[in-house]
Amino acid sequence: MVQVTLWGSLRDYTDGRNEVEVAGDNIYQILQNLGQAEPRLKPILEKGVTVSLDGQIYRQNLMQTVRPDSEVFILPKMAGG
Amino acid sequence: MPLETDFPQGYEKRDFRVVGKRPVRPDGIDKVTGRARFGADTVAPGMLHGAILRSPHAHARIKSIDTAKAEALEGVKAVVTRDDFPIHDAVKEDRGLLDILVNCMAREKALYDGHAVAAVAATDKITARKALKLIEVEYEVLGHVIDEDLAMAPDAPILHDDLGYDYGKGKPSNVAGRTEIGHGDVDAGFAAADRVVERSFKTGAAHQGYIEPHACLANIGADGRGELWCCTQGHFMVRDTVTQLLGMDVSNLRVTASEIGGGFGGKTAVFIEPVAVALSRKAGKPVKIVMDRHEVFRATGPTASASLWVKVGAKADGTITAADALLKYQGGAFQGSPVDMGAMAAFACYNLENVRAVGYDIVTNRPKQAAYRAPGAPMAAFAVESVMTELADALGIDPIDFRLKNAARDHSKSSYGPTYNEIGLVETLEAAKATEHYNSPLGPNQGRGVACGFWFNFGGQTAVTLNVNLDGTAALSVGTPDIGGSRASMCAMAAEELGIDYDDIYAIIGDTASLGYNDVTDGSRATFASGLATIQAARQVKERMCARAARIWGIPEDAVKWEGGAAVPSGPNAGDHAPLSFRDIAKMAGETGGPIAGHHEISAEGAGPSFATHIVDAEIDRETGRIDVKRYTVVQDAGKAVHPAYVEGQFQGGAVQGIGWALNEEYIYSDKGVLENAGFLDYRVPVASDLPMIETVIVEKPNPGHPYGVRGVGETSIVPPMGAIANAVSAAAKVRATEIPMSPPRMLKLLRENESAAKAAE
Repeated sequence: MVQVTLWGSLRDYTDGRNEVEVAGDNIYQILQNLGQAEPRLKPILEKGVTVSLDGQIYRQNLMQTVRPDSEVFILPKMAGG
Repeated sequence: MPLETDFPQGYEKRDFRVVGKRPVRPDGIDKVTGRARFGADTVAPGMLHGAILRSPHAHARIKSIDTAKAEALEGVKAVVTRDDFPIHDAVKEDRGLLDILVNCMAREKALYDGHAVAAVAATDKITARKALKLIEVEYEVLGHVIDEDLAMAPDAPILHDDLGYDYGKGKPSNVAGRTEIGHGDVDAGFAAADRVVERSFKTGAAHQGYIEPHACLANIGADGRGELWCCTQGHFMVRDTVTQLLGMDVSNLRVTASEIGGGFGGKTAVFIEPVAVALSRKAGKPVKIVMDRHEVFRATGPTASASLWVKVGAKADGTITAADALLKYQGGAFQGSPVDMGAMAAFACYNLENVRAVGYDIVTNRPKQAAYRAPGAPMAAFAVESVMTELADALGIDPIDFRLKNAARDHSKSSYGPTYNEIGLVETLEAAKATEHYNSPLGPNQGRGVACGFWFNFGGQTAVTLNVNLDGTAALSVGTPDIGGSRASMCAMAAEELGIDYDDIYAIIGDTASLGYNDVTDGSRATFASGLATIQAARQVKERMCARAARIWGIPEDAVKWEGGAAVPSGPNAGDHAPLSFRDIAKMAGETGGPIAGHHEISAEGAGPSFATHIVDAEIDRETGRIDVKRYTVVQDAGKAVHPAYVEGQFQGGAVQGIGWALNEEYIYSDKGVLENAGFLDYRVPVASDLPMIETVIVEKPNPGHPYGVRGVGETSIVPPMGAIANAVSAAAKVRATEIPMSPPRMLKLLRENESAAKAAE
C-alpha cells in the first residue's frame, strides 16, 4: 500500500481526509485504485491531475514505478506558457 | 511486477565542448533578412481571404443571424456561423473542448466584446470585410461583469446557467471552481508570530504582447483531407483540437508550424484555425485568416486579472510561523483561470510549517484567458513578495537575509506539498546579495526592491528524428516550435553528443505527419524535453555508427566505442584499426547498410524547478507619478545554460514583460464592457528607450533529471518582477503600492492620499 496525499480542496470529496492509502506499483495503478476507493474523486482524476512522485512532477508518464515508501501527492492539473 | 519505464535520466558531470558556448542562432539570418516565413507569409493558389464578425456587446443573447445578403455578395464563397459548428460526440463529452468551440464561434450568447459570431471567405480582403457588414445579427443585450470581485457578488450577471462551484447545489454562479493548497495549522502559526502583515492587492489583465498576430491558412479538399499552416506554439495540439472540434479524423489534417513572432503562452490555444478550416471545407478552396492587432487584443487570451489577499506572520528573529493567501482569478468567459497554479506557486520559495493558499476560478465577460509565462504565478508572487518585504522591513531585517532565513532548500517540503530535490533558490539569493547592484547607493526618490520567483517546469510528450547526411552533416527534426532560440540549443546538444561541429547540424520543426506527437512548447519544456530526446537520438546514431564501423572492421559491435567524434576500436581483441570519423561513416552509409538515423520518443519527466531572485531600482516622479526603472538585475538558476546568450535573453525578456505588467499594461473597459485600449498605442508595452540594460547572473545548479543538468528557464523570469518593482516603488514612494499596473495616475492618487493621511495625522 502507498500513502497518497491529496491537495487540500479534494477533502470535500473524501469526507475530510487528505491522506488515502491505496495499492499500486505505478502511477496509473495508483490513480485507478484511488478512483475505485474514492468514487467521488473519479471524475476529477479522469479530467486530469498532476502526480508528484518523490518530489518529481509527473504530468503524463503514468507507467513510472511507485514504491511502498514513495512520497505521492495528487496535485491539480498543470500547464505552462 | 512493477513496470519499468524507458526514462533516460540522470545528471552526469562532464566537460562540454559545444554546450555553454554562444554560437550564432541557425534561424538568425532568415529572420533578419526577411526570408523566414511567418504565419501571414503563407499563400496558396486560388486562396480566399477570411474575416470574422465579432460581437460589439460584452454579454448578449444572439437571437438570430441572417447571412443571406453577405452570401449574395459577389466574391463571397462561404459564410459560417454557429450552425456550421455542430457539437460532435468528442466535444459533448469534454467541457474543455466545448468551451474552446464556443470561444471560436459563439452559440446562444456572445460572452465578451470581440466574441466571434460569424465568418466569411471571399476572393479578396475588401470583399470579405464588406460581407461582414451585410451580416445581420439580432442581439438581446444582457447585463455584464468585468471585475473578479464583482463577478462573485450575489447579484452579479451570470454567464453560464450550467456552471458554478455551487452548481452541484443547484445554484449557478460565476465561481467555476475552488482550490486549496497547504499544510500545518495556520491559525496556530499566526498565534505564535511576533509580527503579522496582511494586505489586499489587485492586478490587471496583461496580454502576452507577441509581435506577430495570429495567422493561418487552411486548405481542405473535397475528400475531407487537408493541410493547415499556422503560427502556434504547438501544431500537434492544433491538429488534435481542430479535428475534434470539426469531427475530422486526426490523420486527415496535416499541420505545419510557421516561424513564430512570439508566443509567451498566448499561442498554446486555437482561435482562428477551426474557423479557417470550416470555411475552407465549405468553400472548397484554401482560406487564409490573419488577425489584426485590434482582434488580437479583443479576441485572444490575455492572462487573468486577480484580486489577492496575503497574510504572513514571523518571529522577531525573522522565522516565518504562518502564511495564508486568498487568490481570486478571473479567466474571461470560460472556466480555467490559472488559479490552481497560482495557489501552488504562491509560497513555493519558502520553507513553511504552516501554509495555506485558497483560490477561486471566476468567469467574467472578457476574452478567454490564455497561458502567459508561468501562468498564475506572477500575480500570486506580486502579493506574497510585497508582504514578505513589508514584514522584513517591520522586523528590521534585510529583505534578502529574511528570504535566506526562510528559503526553500534542497530536500525541504514545498509549500504545495512534495519534497524538493536539488533546487537553486538559496544560490540565487546569495548571488544577488553579492552583486555590485545590491550594494550600490541609491539616488533621490529612488527605492530598491527584491523578490523571488519559482516555476515548476515541465517535460511532456516529445519525439525527434536525427538524419545523418552523406557529407557528414545531420538534419535534426523536432516537434516543438522554436519560440526562444531552442533550435540553437538542439544543435549544440546534438553536436556535443556526436562530436561534430555546431554548424553541421541543421534543425527544423517537423510537421505533424513527420514526427510522433509532440506537446506544445510550453512549461519551459523545449530545451529540456526536446533536448533530452535529441541527446538520446544522437546516442542512437553513435551506436549505429559504431555498428557500421564494426561491420567494416569485421569485429563485434561491443568492440567499438565512440570517442572524439569517431568510432574507435575498444578492448584487447578489437584489433588495430584507424578511427572512422562521423564523416567517414556517413559517406559509406549506403554501402554499409543504408541511411543512418536516430530517433527518440518519450514522455519526458524530470524537469527540475527553477528559482530566481530579482533586484530593481525604481525612481518616482512625485509630480506626475511616473515610475522609471533605473537598474534591474535577474539572478536565476538555469541548471546548465546550453546557450548562455539565449538564457540571458529569456531572463531579460521575462523581466521586461514583468516591468510592462507592473507599470503600464492592463485591459481597460468602458462601462458597457467594451475594451477601450485594443492597440499598442493605448496598451503600452515597454520599449527599449523605457528600459535600462537588464543585467543577468546565471546560476548553474544541475537538474538531477537531465544528463547535462538543464532546467527550463523561459517562465521563472516573469514571476518576480511585479513584486520586486512594487517593493522598489513602495520604498521610493514611502507608501505601499498594492495595485498594478502602477501607472502614473494610480501612483499620483496613492501619493496624494498618503499625503492627505499624513496631514490628517499631524
